[in-house]
Amino acid sequence: MEPGIDVAIKKKLADAALNAAKSKGASYADVRIGRYLNQFVITREDKVQNIVNTESYGVGIRVIADGCWGFSAVVDAKNESQLAKAAEDAVAIAKANAKLMKEPVQLAPQKGFGEVSWKAPIVKNAFEVPIKEKVDLLLSVNDAALKNGANYVNSVLFMVNEQKYFASTDGSYIDQDVHRIWPNFNVTAIDPASGKFETRNALSAPLGMGYDYLQVNPSDKLTGITTRYNKGYDMLEDATAAARQAKEKLTAKSVEAGKYDLILDPSHLWLTIHESVGHPLELDRVLGYEANFAGTSFATLDKWKSKNFQYGSKEVNLIADKLQVGSLGAVGWDDEGVNTKKWDLVKDGMLVNYQAIRDQAHIIGEKESHGCCYADSWASVQFQRMPNVSLAPGKTPLSVDEMIKDVKKGIYIIGDGSFSIDQQRYNFQFGGQLFYEIKDGKIAGMLKDVAYQSNTQEFWNSCVQICDERDYRLGGSFRDGKGQPMQVSAVSHGSSTTRFNGVNVINTARKI
Amino acid sequence: MSSILSESEAKALLQKVLSYSKADECEVSLMGEQRGNLRYARNEVSTSGSLVNQNLTVRSSFGKKVGVAAIDEFGEESFEKVVRRSEELARLAPENPEFMGVLGPQQYLGSKGFFESTAAADPASRADAVLKSLELSRSQNLVASGFLENQTGFSATMNSKGLFAYYPSTNVNFSLTVRTPDGMGSGYVARGYSDIKKLDTAGATKIAIAKSLGSVGAKALEPGKYTVILEPTAAVVLLENIFSSMDARSADEGRSFLSKPGGKTKLGEKIMDERVTIYSDPMDDELPASPWSGDGQPQEKRSWIEKGVVKNMVYSRYWAEKKGVKPVPFPTNMIMQGGDATMEEMIRSTKQGILVTKLWYIRRVDPQTLLLTGLTRDGTFYIENGKIKHPVKNFRFNESPVIMLNNLETLGKPERVVSTESDRNYLIPPMKIREFTFSSLSDAV
Repeated sequence: MEPGIDVAIKKKLADAALNAAKSKGASYADVRIGRYLNQFVITREDKVQNIVNTESYGVGIRVIADGCWGFSAVVDAKNESQLAKAAEDAVAIAKANAKLMKEPVQLAPQKGFGEVSWKAPIVKNAFEVPIKEKVDLLLSVNDAALKNGANYVNSVLFMVNEQKYFASTDGSYIDQDVHRIWPNFNVTAIDPASGKFETRNALSAPLGMGYDYLQVNPSDKLTGITTRYNKGYDMLEDATAAARQAKEKLTAKSVEAGKYDLILDPSHLWLTIHESVGHPLELDRVLGYEANFAGTSFATLDKWKSKNFQYGSKEVNLIADKLQVGSLGAVGWDDEGVNTKKWDLVKDGMLVNYQAIRDQAHIIGEKESHGCCYADSWASVQFQRMPNVSLAPGKTPLSVDEMIKDVKKGIYIIGDGSFSIDQQRYNFQFGGQLFYEIKDGKIAGMLKDVAYQSNTQEFWNSCVQICDERDYRLGGSFRDGKGQPMQVSAVSHGSSTTRFNGVNVINTARKI
Repeated sequence: MSSILSESEAKALLQKVLSYSKADECEVSLMGEQRGNLRYARNEVSTSGSLVNQNLTVRSSFGKKVGVAAIDEFGEESFEKVVRRSEELARLAPENPEFMGVLGPQQYLGSKGFFESTAAADPASRADAVLKSLELSRSQNLVASGFLENQTGFSATMNSKGLFAYYPSTNVNFSLTVRTPDGMGSGYVARGYSDIKKLDTAGATKIAIAKSLGSVGAKALEPGKYTVILEPTAAVVLLENIFSSMDARSADEGRSFLSKPGGKTKLGEKIMDERVTIYSDPMDDELPASPWSGDGQPQEKRSWIEKGVVKNMVYSRYWAEKKGVKPVPFPTNMIMQGGDATMEEMIRSTKQGILVTKLWYIRRVDPQTLLLTGLTRDGTFYIENGKIKHPVKNFRFNESPVIMLNNLETLGKPERVVSTESDRNYLIPPMKIREFTFSSLSDAV
């Protein structure tokens, strides 16, 4: 792939836009010059179905004029006059919208950083790895699955590179190079006699890493009932296990509905954190800006102001973090030029904060933005997006085996499955990939047809134990949707294996 | 250059791109669109914008080695770059034995999806339409959040065997959530049309307002099996899971709700109530759609479920050849036939039941049975002895649309609806269903 535009040229283009915006009366302006590269390699069984490269380049300009936001984007913008024109359009839109506005935008102050840069700390750029190597990996993964009992297997490698340049009238010129990778597969095992089938997805996590995520290092593996992975992923080994487990599921015991203690692996718990903590604590949602689509939130401002809202048990510490190395959300600066940081959302079980950007910080009495503003393209307006939100590991040494030993009647869940939560984030239902029955401190065998239902506050207050940091791992969402028009964002969620007591489990088997 | 190309402009551009091809076969797909939107929340405009999208995707092949590259920068240099990139990928790719090559020229039914009225929508007309809605919610001291988006676009494809296809279309979607200031009531409405002249934002807003006010003071009912009346907006998000699961290969492979033991499928079998008929038709006046599929195969009127019987499944060109049948492309729209009952009649004939306005966060729990989960939202009401008695607290459901269409009581008249899951438009009737499974209660309003 050819290199992107030189940073000196990007600065010249950005200055043209910023100057044009100011000359038309903007009190603030920012410019994002973006080049977005994607590569997908898609296979099934012994065939490569598709190899795709996509490239998108353009510029988005956002201004405040007459106290109101305006935005304009232009594709394929490579000369200064195009950018100046787009900046003027943005100012005109802001001035037109100002007539409909009641209160002017209040932007938290932000110092400029001058000319700076940030690069994802990748070891091996996935875009520079030969196609053949990627194809060979996926075909060997498929072969391993088929040899171990899978009837069908689909595997895929998604790779993303965002080359983003941000400049603002605050005096920042920020060049960033963001990388993401997601290896994934799905195996299916079929019992022809009964006509039943079962599937098992990869236990990988999408991460802010390069191809180095696929370099296998024994220290990245956690052995147990099945191997789970930390910063390095053995796709071949996981596919082998997946095929055997999908087959085992065909004859596994169908769960008996009722209350169980749940032991949730980080490859599963990330999604519960995402839906029941990450989303309800987005300030725009709390205020009602997402009411028509994603919904509002039970975690209302009065609960936060009371300083007494027990989101979870005392064990529960939930942290927002845009700095976490290797995570999907890590960048040096967000998409409005704010340096990224780490802050508490829930401390010792108590709700203490939300996720806010520059024009929201004043609402919760903060002096500065949390640095979690993001746009999925140069063509999209940046807005508040979820930072990495993670559950802090337990402070007392505790392994998964030790945790299981104390459980009388429980289910150990690994991998994420079906997920659904209401529009205020109270009632949820989650499935998974692997379910193991725990009886009197021992794993008694595989279960199927398992989903659990709970209420966010009840669930987090039923958290009784969290394994220590040795077990801490990241999961994440590669394409989290929000907004109208909808934008996607990638975000990681870390945790150690965690125990929740007395959760309602339903049986999902039906006959059609 | 405007992003909306006429048929002749699109043809000329595609010919230009194809002229760079050195591959054995090449297929170039082109799309362009203009979108204008107005979003509001808390009774104020929150964001508005207009967006121009364009994209060129090139698929090159050498024998059965295939590569795809896409770009949104247009210009001769970019055209050549994207063709070369796809060729490089194709050379690096192993052979795909399932690659079928490109189709020769095809005949298509006409295009009915483009309306000048919609293409002419501008920021002023969008603001005007939204203002009509906002005035109503503001005057009743209710809190409105909504989104209006109109789209004008075209898609075109051309390949090295001389196939050329072009389809212009327009669409407008309007959705609105009205909440009471105390957050105890919430109502929803969505409308979608090809022709913006049919959009009545004030009329739609009155429905959302009535549902919002009517849903205050909801009482909790025990979860369990209930007779439900699903408005089309609620029904469509369940039916969409059937529409997307009609693939023959998955059924033949034994991993579909259409699979049967022993490698057989349910093609030709009755799987639902005999009043269920689902078909696609690109020439439908209410729901016009593209007369060709992505790879240039012609679309025609086709039954998928007829009187409860599976009539057709989607056959890719590869799978069709392997099975010795005709290819059946994935449809570009879906329509479910209805009955004559009005909503009032359906309510009047219900002894005990629940009226559902909208279902939300639909996810598949089991692909074998198409068991889905999700929740009611923005207007859920208890019906007793033929009358709406009171609002009820929202429920989570766990139900399969296949089971649901076996438990059919009554069908109303089909309406054009917008799926809140995919934003796609369909023609779906309201329906009364018995024994619909609600599994738990939600505190959400």
